[in-house]
Amino acid sequence: MPTKHIGKQTVKIQNPLSIISTASIVGPKEGEGPLSLYYDVVIEDEMWGEKSWEKAESKLMRETVSKIINKSGKTIEDINYILAGDLLNQCIATNFAVRESGISLYGLYGACSTMSESIGLGAMIIDGGFADNAVCVTSSHFCSAEKQFRYPLELGSQRPPTAQWTVTGSGGVMLSNQGIGPYITYVTTGKIVDFGIKDSNNMGAAMAPAAADTIVTHFKDTGLSPEDYDLIITGDLGSFGRDLCEEIVNKQGYDIKDKYTDCGVLVYNKEKQDTHSGGSGCGCSAVTLAGFIYQEMKKGKFNNVLFVGTGALLSSTSAQQGESIPGIAHGLTLQNKFG
Amino acid sequence: MLGYINAFIIGGFICAIGQLLIDKTKLTPARILVLFVTIGTVLAALGIYQKIVDVGGAGATIPLTGFGYSLAKGAMKDVDQYGLLGAFTGGIRASAVGITAAVFFGYLISVAFTPKAKR
Amino acid sequence: MQKLYTNKEYLDHVEKEAPKSKVARNIVRAFFVGGFICIIGQFLNNILAQQGIGKDAASNITVLIMVFLGAFFTGINIYDDIGRFAGAGSIVPITGFANSIVSPAMEFKSEGYVTGVGARMFFIAGPVLVYGISASVVAGILHYLITLSR
Repeated sequence: MPTKHIGKQTVKIQNPLSIISTASIVGPKEGEGPLSLYYDVVIEDEMWGEKSWEKAESKLMRETVSKIINKSGKTIEDINYILAGDLLNQCIATNFAVRESGISLYGLYGACSTMSESIGLGAMIIDGGFADNAVCVTSSHFCSAEKQFRYPLELGSQRPPTAQWTVTGSGGVMLSNQGIGPYITYVTTGKIVDFGIKDSNNMGAAMAPAAADTIVTHFKDTGLSPEDYDLIITGDLGSFGRDLCEEIVNKQGYDIKDKYTDCGVLVYNKEKQDTHSGGSGCGCSAVTLAGFIYQEMKKGKFNNVLFVGTGALLSSTSAQQGESIPGIAHGLTLQNKFG
Repeated sequence: MLGYINAFIIGGFICAIGQLLIDKTKLTPARILVLFVTIGTVLAALGIYQKIVDVGGAGATIPLTGFGYSLAKGAMKDVDQYGLLGAFTGGIRASAVGITAAVFFGYLISVAFTPKAKR
Repeated sequence: MQKLYTNKEYLDHVEKEAPKSKVARNIVRAFFVGGFICIIGQFLNNILAQQGIGKDAASNITVLIMVFLGAFFTGINIYDDIGRFAGAGSIVPITGFANSIVSPAMEFKSEGYVTGVGARMFFIAGPVLVYGISASVVAGILHYLITLSR
């Protein structure tokens, strides 16, 4: 019998385990968005002095990692693991970003859910006594994502209204068994949920059932209810996916209406920035967590947050072969008080 | 003047059909292009597209259906001249300028310019 | 999760609730921009035809210039903005064909001039040539058979 596993999919963290520092670096478009004041750095152009979009994304993550470490007051030697991932094939942004760091790496792929996947795993590694400190970080880049998943930037095509805008940015956190919060208290690992959506311009609808499934499972596993939270936030469902998710959760008897939102909704100004359904990408939930959520928890505006990273696990190959889009969502409970 | 009005209306109409297909059927732009060039070829082979060109001028030749039209027209013309071999030579012969220009300028432009992020 | 929806119910629900494209607006835009590009073509063709170089040469040079313009506006990062506004209005004309060739060539320059620019140039426009040329060969063969039977 596992001692820390509760319910079907949830782990209860037994020892105090804090986020001790965060950092986020974003692109110019995100810098013009509503959350601009929460980011550490806004770069001036998407290439950031590099020769390719992929290199630029790698640099985003490299600089983010070094900021996280600097702000934590730890040294490189104190870091036992980096858990990181991105959207590019074989996670190249990650691999090149941490190449020189000399820290043990677990490269992760959870599509846009990678931020909560990495923190969930990091929390379990530390709570299991296998590490003291771990850096969890992800990145995405609009240009490298368009190039890999969609069309060249200069192609004159239109985006349908359900399409989302990949966030250019990298965000991450340092987890530590010493610290004063916010604490990670529960990790609800998602399972793949697929309702047969095939339209890769409608990722929000593809992921919403997975997000709803994880949120409902989390409540059932932990015995918590929406009243125990002052913020429930999904990763990158966008405005349409957000509405679908709320509706599915509601149908199962949980009213999350007043406290539920989505990072993809917050990250851009939908009307002014022509981003259609909202933000997406690993960076979307990462920079929102590292910026807005963490800082507002520190200020005490939020004390109990359910953070649910959402991922659409498709590839261009699977999409061309007519496969539907498998969705996944991983939930984390962040609390200012432990236990 | 009438020529311009006809070009505008016919050309605009063909593009509007393309837009309707994009919005209503979720066909990607790449599929729209393939569809249009093939439709142009078929209509040209049936002798219908020639009539549209006679009325619409550039309004019928500039859209991609016009590319299909010149491919098919060229193939049929060469068949008249050289027999069956013409089916294999005429299409490219008639549309060589478009294809070659696209490749050549495409290369030059891509060497000279770099893509910029959308905002 | 006990299945709240069947796949079909969910797809139908999403289809029904999804924000819709503004079809009428998009069609008007496509019509005007597409029509305008064709007017430019007509204008070039008329000017060239007056030079006494023959009808075929005039229309060939028109295509040449239109392709160049499409490629050039792609290069200076404007064609994608036109496309975002006009949709099919700028995809369907031959300038859009040029755009579909130049944009991947530019994008994949970072992978080198042979394996990047050279190989990726046709990843959108290639199918157009495959189907267009194949269809024209079929048209030619049918034309041959019909003339034979006469």
